Amino acid sequence: MGEIKLMKGNEALAEAMIRAGCDAYFGYPITPQSEVLEYLSKDATQRTGMVVLQAESEVAAINMIYGAAGSGRRVMTTSSSPGISLMQEGLSYIASAELPCVLANVVRGGPGLGTIQPSQADYFQAVKGGGHGDYRLIVLAPSSVQEMVDFVRLSFDLAEKYRNPVMILADGAIGQMMEKVELFDQMPRKTEFPDWATTGKPKDKERRYITSLHIQPEKMEEINKHLQAKYKQIEDAEVRYEAFNLEDAEYILTGYGLGARICRKAMDILREKGYKVGLIRPITLFPFPKKVYESVAGKVKGILDVEMNAGQMVEDVKLSVCGKTRVEYYGRMGGMIPSPEEIVENFEKLFIKGEA
Amino acid sequence: MTQEALFAGFGGQGVLSMGQILAYAGMIEGKEVCWMPSYGPEMRGGTANCITIVSDSSISSPIISMYDTVVALNQPSVDKFESRVKKGGNLIYDSANILNPPTRTDINIIPVQGSEEAIKLQNTKVLNMVMLGAFLKKTNCVAVENIHKALEKVFERYQKLIPLNIKALEVGMSYVK
Repeated sequence: MGEIKLMKGNEALAEAMIRAGCDAYFGYPITPQSEVLEYLSKDATQRTGMVVLQAESEVAAINMIYGAAGSGRRVMTTSSSPGISLMQEGLSYIASAELPCVLANVVRGGPGLGTIQPSQADYFQAVKGGGHGDYRLIVLAPSSVQEMVDFVRLSFDLAEKYRNPVMILADGAIGQMMEKVELFDQMPRKTEFPDWATTGKPKDKERRYITSLHIQPEKMEEINKHLQAKYKQIEDAEVRYEAFNLEDAEYILTGYGLGARICRKAMDILREKGYKVGLIRPITLFPFPKKVYESVAGKVKGILDVEMNAGQMVEDVKLSVCGKTRVEYYGRMGGMIPSPEEIVENFEKLFIKGEA
Repeated sequence: MTQEALFAGFGGQGVLSMGQILAYAGMIEGKEVCWMPSYGPEMRGGTANCITIVSDSSISSPIISMYDTVVALNQPSVDKFESRVKKGGNLIYDSANILNPPTRTDINIIPVQGSEEAIKLQNTKVLNMVMLGAFLKKTNCVAVENIHKALEKVFERYQKLIPLNIKALEVGMSYVK
């Protein structure tokens, strides 16, 4: 068993980054994820030799990521909502150039500068694009401090396997809370780099060139087709989710990240009250676990989607069940968090007492 | 067994540390733990609070609206959280620092002369440990020796402060029969 520690989500993420053999971190502080840079500044460089750099802005940070990822190194940045918005242009370039990198968004309430409290309002931005062009990020949604650790290593693996940026979509609460975590052992930093990496051209090797500019539309369409084929492959192979009590469920609660944790408690309360309620928690938001929703569509009486936003993932749930089951949404916005009791009350109002 | 507790008071009274020390002790004891601070604008000069959950089984929601035990170190916290104690639960408060005591009759109300005891111990900063002592005695949610171990961890660089903190815990415990 690995080392057990009591850690804040942001610190755990930073520790996992060091242990995963990350070569470089570029970031800019913003609440509620500032502990990441603070933690790395302590002794990360002394421990593994990794680069830890506070950029002059988020725009600079993402372009440093672009450059370092181009050299085939393991690179990561973190930020919170407004900072992630600033990174969208660079992210589109990185996705187009097919470079592996990992980002974490410790989401806070928006829109605008908003609040510093936890939110899930960046689902659309993370899952549907955010930047320009037809591209996808692989998006993982941790719901515990342990997953802040586990998903860092997983994200690097997925990013390198598919040459695609991966986003860890957390929220302020997961970043700030402390839980028991089991850490994996220190992994060595890479010493060999992929054949596309721009590491300097010796005389006897071909020139390597990374760009997202292809002025011929025929060429750009080919690149788009290649990207779409890759996203299809990711959708076929990398879906992850967790499900509880689906066997006898008449109703389903669904949510991700912190929302799923709150739903688990609501499910327990509803079961005590005699309602047969199950829970689906998507772990990958892209690729979205469509099939598990398809499998309950038409069989359950209703699905209640709970989010800390105005209802974003609910669109993907509806697309997955394709009108075969009633899907309702309940949520809070702007940094407010629904309580389990609130979810129970709204579940009963919507599905039991029949008020719509 | 699961204990869902809330610690609340003014920023600077050590409410976040109380919860954290409890979480450490729970982890040392091999239990599942979760510590969720309030963070944000309300911490500057206003009230601070944290939820600490210690359980034998995996913890679902870190955010809850009703608590088994509330430990309140000031008047605003008593006013705000008295109604959030589960029926039959505990409200432990610093009676040396509060003018309007709680009034509910369906919960255990435990006054502790925390601020006064801390002054007697010649260090007002140990108020939180006096209150934590009462909490431990009332809830039995972790063993006291594991709190001692947690203190060793938290006061890594200030080991000389540990005996005073242990004394404060004992004083707090004496308030609970």
